[in-house]
Amino acid sequence: MSRYLVNKFLYTVDRHPDLVERYREDPRGTVAWWEAEEANRLLNCVSQERSTWLAFADDEREALATHDYPRLFELGAHPFLTLTLFIALFERDHEQPLGFQLEYAQRLSGYSLPYPDITT
Amino acid sequence: MAEIAAVIASTHHPFYYKASTSTGAERPPFADVWQTKIEAFRETLTVAEPDVLLLVGSDHFHQFWLDNMPQFLVGHAEQYDANWYNEEREFGLPRMHMQGDRDLSGHILRGGLDTGFDLAFSNELRLDHSVTCPIITLRPQNDLPVVPVYTNIFAPPLPQPKRFVQLGQALRDLVESWPSDKRVAIIGTGHLSLELGGPRQFGPHGPDPEFDAKAVEWIRTGDIERCLGEVTIENLLEPGNATQGFMDFMLMMGVAGEGVTADYFDNLDLFHTMEAYFTWYPGGDPRPAVAAAAAALPEQAAAVAAQEV
Repeated sequence: MSRYLVNKFLYTVDRHPDLVERYREDPRGTVAWWEAEEANRLLNCVSQERSTWLAFADDEREALATHDYPRLFELGAHPFLTLTLFIALFERDHEQPLGFQLEYAQRLSGYSLPYPDITT
Repeated sequence: MAEIAAVIASTHHPFYYKASTSTGAERPPFADVWQTKIEAFRETLTVAEPDVLLLVGSDHFHQFWLDNMPQFLVGHAEQYDANWYNEEREFGLPRMHMQGDRDLSGHILRGGLDTGFDLAFSNELRLDHSVTCPIITLRPQNDLPVVPVYTNIFAPPLPQPKRFVQLGQALRDLVESWPSDKRVAIIGTGHLSLELGGPRQFGPHGPDPEFDAKAVEWIRTGDIERCLGEVTIENLLEPGNATQGFMDFMLMMGVAGEGVTADYFDNLDLFHTMEAYFTWYPGGDPRPAVAAAAAALPEQAAAVAAQEV
């Protein structure tokens, strides 16, 4: 389980306009590139200083590669990060105000309390 | 010593800026009533004539991240830039810039460290909507220096609710012991019941109206004891998965004091979450004097006009 790394993916993509578009157009390719190049980057350090041990679990990688946000919820990804990024990805495809947000709630409607743990 | 001009607790709703500035078909049906309520709330700060704003909020994974997460942090910068690309993208928030007050920041840091709060600090802090929303709603001219205080209500493990109350009490004591003749308004924003990224999000009202009614009453009457008796980190997830943001309201209850009823209260049931606005005047309510002065103005003008004739 690498909940922290899933969050790191959502966080670093969400804050970068080009990556948001890249992830929308090519989720599987973006996740593969990100895991190879970015997953072990220390965010507040020069590029020569890297971690060596961070990798997705298979189900995490697959959920990210398929834009499967209900599965990310189930895996304990931080719901604020997932929501914010997925609004950026897909709100534009809905004509009604809050159309995507309401569809998102509907797709999660099978979950009840307690929700999956999000502690990292 | 510094005086506390006002203590203000508010929800922060990042959609207010867009709703209140939109026109025509773009303007949502609830915008007018919302704007009217915000402008009345704003007046409660204006009449307090503050010189400095101490702003309590929470970074939403903008500058602070899970590789290095402070629980409580004080901004210690000369200036602050504010709002981020993804807030511009999602909420249409403008980029902002504020002056700091390093003297007050330093006093709070030193005093906090010496009285049991091992506060983190930042000399270069870009603020987010938890702090800019109250500037937009309460002080849109953005003309006062600020000292931001960030709390972690977002990335578990979180501090206990009691600790938020205690920090509020400490902040009040620290402001009151600041060797300055300035008037400080302490403004904090949090949430009532709120769900983000879960099945109960973006409903016709907040996810738990019963919690909201109870919470508003705790805040309005300063009932810290009952609030602390009922609230835990864990059970705050029941009214909504982002309701731990209520702990910033608990911090503000600590600032306002046990059993102290708010001098001003208003709320608005909106889609997604309830808005709630509270103001306390620890040094006395300035509004009667302000109202009397305003009422006297036409009489004075008439007297002057009569003399001129």
